[in-house]
Amino acid sequence: MKIGVLVNEGPYNHQAADTAYQFARAALSKGHQVQRVFFYNDGVNNASKLTEPPQDDRQIVNRWSKLAEEHGIDLVVCVAAGLRRGLVEDNLAPGFRISGLGQLVEAGIESDRLVVFGD
Amino acid sequence: MLHIVNKSPYEKSSLASCLAHAIKGSAVLLIEDAVYAATKGNSAEADIRRATQELSVYALGPDLEARGVRASIVDGVQVVDYGGFVDLVTEHRTNQSWL
Amino acid sequence: MSQIAEEIESEAAVEAVVKKFMFVNRKAPYGTIYALEGLEVVLISAAFNQDVSLAFLDDGVYELLKGQQTKALEVKNFSPTYRALEGYDIEKLYVERESLAARGIREDQLLVPVQVVDAKEMAALMEQQDVIIGF
Repeated sequence: MKIGVLVNEGPYNHQAADTAYQFARAALSKGHQVQRVFFYNDGVNNASKLTEPPQDDRQIVNRWSKLAEEHGIDLVVCVAAGLRRGLVEDNLAPGFRISGLGQLVEAGIESDRLVVFGD
Repeated sequence: MLHIVNKSPYEKSSLASCLAHAIKGSAVLLIEDAVYAATKGNSAEADIRRATQELSVYALGPDLEARGVRASIVDGVQVVDYGGFVDLVTEHRTNQSWL
Repeated sequence: MSQIAEEIESEAAVEAVVKKFMFVNRKAPYGTIYALEGLEVVLISAAFNQDVSLAFLDDGVYELLKGQQTKALEVKNFSPTYRALEGYDIEKLYVERESLAARGIREDQLLVPVQVVDAKEMAALMEQQDVIIGF
């Protein structure tokens, strides 16, 4: 199945980003396709290349980049939500792209399932 | 439908709202802090037990374990891992996250 | 195929599918951004010719209250946007009766025409959807 994922919260503050990641990984292990991971609200902060968590903690941003690289997943950051929060091309981590909210609606249309992770 | 709840019933009313809208035969998956609702002795236990009569109620194992409450899971609540979470999503035509 | 032709074709392919989208609003305005940013998704969805409905329950019913005056807060009053939805052909707004009653709100205090439904009807409406997005 094609599964779309919406992430509405930033890394670390809420568990949403972690749960979404573990869910996406499990979906891939089961042979499903993750059609897109769309980042909205504070979720755009999952794409910041400036994050530097402590060495012994998980690197949430890099994890997304790596997942995208290994499986060709489309990681999309909402342009408007990004601008609001200072997440722009200059500080975008690898594997993410900035685009419009239409990409979220499109994910809903094109995927067989859309799962929302938030607060 | 698969209903997903992620907050403790003491923090938000999302579990109560979810249960008020889950029709017979639906599934409810408790994740993140919502897993506390499925622990023995908590005041939401009765609601969860009642829910298991008409719905399938699940709790995410990794979240139970992280919180140290795996052993006190209420009877009738099925523990699943992330793979099981994925299966629930694909098995149900739609899903709704009660945030 | 040229990139433009490809985009047009994929847009057409996407729009050929009509799904029932329900946007669920359960949070009050201003205390958090979810009501506002949720509304922005609804507006964008209008461009995709999908079967869109909005559900307002729990604190989401507060989003529709008349008389919001945000000057002292120095934040934008976005409530007029709900009135603009009709112009986008988004007319299915369902408000839950129990949520209104619990909050002492009457239907005439809402700033747009809505369909008031009880929780059971709301649950049935939710079951009919293909995609449910809540914030």
